[in-house]
Amino acid sequence: MGVVASNAIGVPSFLEALKQGKSGIQHWDELNRLNLRSQIGGAPSLDTVELSEYLPRLLAAKLTNKGIIYACLAGVEAWRDAGLTPSEEKTDFNSGLIVGSGDLSFDSWINREMPVYPIDRGESRKLGSRTISEGMNSGAAAYLNSILGLGSRIQSNSSACVTGSEATLMGYEYLAAGRADRMLCGSTEGDGRYIWAGFDAMRVLCSDSNDNPTFGSRPMSATSTGFVPSGGSGALVLETLESAQKRNAKIYAEILGGQVNSGGQREGGTMTAPNSEAVIACIKSAVNNTGINPEEIDLISGHLTSTKGDPIEIRNWSKALGLKGGNFPHVNTPKSMIGHAIAGAGSIELVACALQIQHDFVHTNINLDQVHPEILDVIDEDRIPKKSKDQEVNTVMKANFGFGDLNCALVLRKFKE
Amino acid sequence: MTIIKPFVPDGESIDLSDNQDLINDLKINSAHIVDIVLDIEDKFDINIEDDVIGEMNTVADAVDVVMKKTA
Repeated sequence: MGVVASNAIGVPSFLEALKQGKSGIQHWDELNRLNLRSQIGGAPSLDTVELSEYLPRLLAAKLTNKGIIYACLAGVEAWRDAGLTPSEEKTDFNSGLIVGSGDLSFDSWINREMPVYPIDRGESRKLGSRTISEGMNSGAAAYLNSILGLGSRIQSNSSACVTGSEATLMGYEYLAAGRADRMLCGSTEGDGRYIWAGFDAMRVLCSDSNDNPTFGSRPMSATSTGFVPSGGSGALVLETLESAQKRNAKIYAEILGGQVNSGGQREGGTMTAPNSEAVIACIKSAVNNTGINPEEIDLISGHLTSTKGDPIEIRNWSKALGLKGGNFPHVNTPKSMIGHAIAGAGSIELVACALQIQHDFVHTNINLDQVHPEILDVIDEDRIPKKSKDQEVNTVMKANFGFGDLNCALVLRKFKE
Repeated sequence: MTIIKPFVPDGESIDLSDNQDLINDLKINSAHIVDIVLDIEDKFDINIEDDVIGEMNTVADAVDVVMKKTA
């Protein structure tokens, strides 16, 4: 696995950060200068990484698109962590990748000084050779593959906040259909004013914590005022059991399957709010498809963005699983610490799920002095960890819900030989 | 040299010399020639026309263009 998050870069650091409840959210002066209501956000600290240890020299020197840089760092870390070496000469036709994003071109605007301006000044030659490849939606997958040399499906999905989970489910389906031995699955999003201003204009971002940035992202809190945006990328190398065992690969967890659906933006669903019946159907389907018993679920890693949607999400989980009160599984999300990494969220959060399975712990939800009363109507307060604690974690359900009324749920289980 | 080096595969271990052809000897991806031109233009504050780019085949050619335009 590989991860680039606002509170840590690299899987070992991320594991530590999750255990300690470390926040990656900061105040951004430029957002203040530019009159945004919400002036906090999270960005991975690239200055703590030696890019040339992960990227070929030319990319390390010249790549400017942060979403692509994050995807390449996470992808290369994951590939190496899986015990694999990027192919030097020959194409690896047994492996592919799916790495999606929300909008890579936003990064290009910030980092390449608004490509549209030279075009409209009649100076388009200034765009150079990489404006297209760094701005196209498939750019992250393309650049990562220039490093890895894979030859099976190379795909970039784009499903807003569901992108990372969906990429992983698609990778699982591809392997289950016998079409490859290995799929690297992930997602990415950059950070900064051009991406976040649009959310600020929608008034969905946290606006009450500019003076106290790390408190802003508080999923499941009674006082949440909106989500805190961040950038980052997660990557998971999925492999068939047969292929993994043949080469003695390290196994973090098994993906049992899942489901993806949409509420159709009907029956209560809109561009930005979910159709609860569809959410419930998605979770139920994932449970049925994977043959698990809801009572076996040790942990729910929710979408839970620190908005008014959080209580609704908990109610939907409860209805879908038929569990409530003290029977409800533990529930958390890394978002209190890393913010909402938009298209990068699902993949980073899946890395957190696999780590909790591998290390048998549930990570904390910080900033929870006051759990939302509507949530406490449904589940017992002790179901929501406020401190990381060790416990056996065998079965985890991960879900994300995205703009466009999209839902994706996955089931992960500890692998026992 | 510092402008050209990043675009040369194995650039760290090669000594650049005047008569090396950028594409054929140094194996620079032809798509990157425009990037080298842009970096040169920025660094020396000059403008290199399209037909001149076509004449820039070797390291020495590139140096010549800069010398002429900054004279």
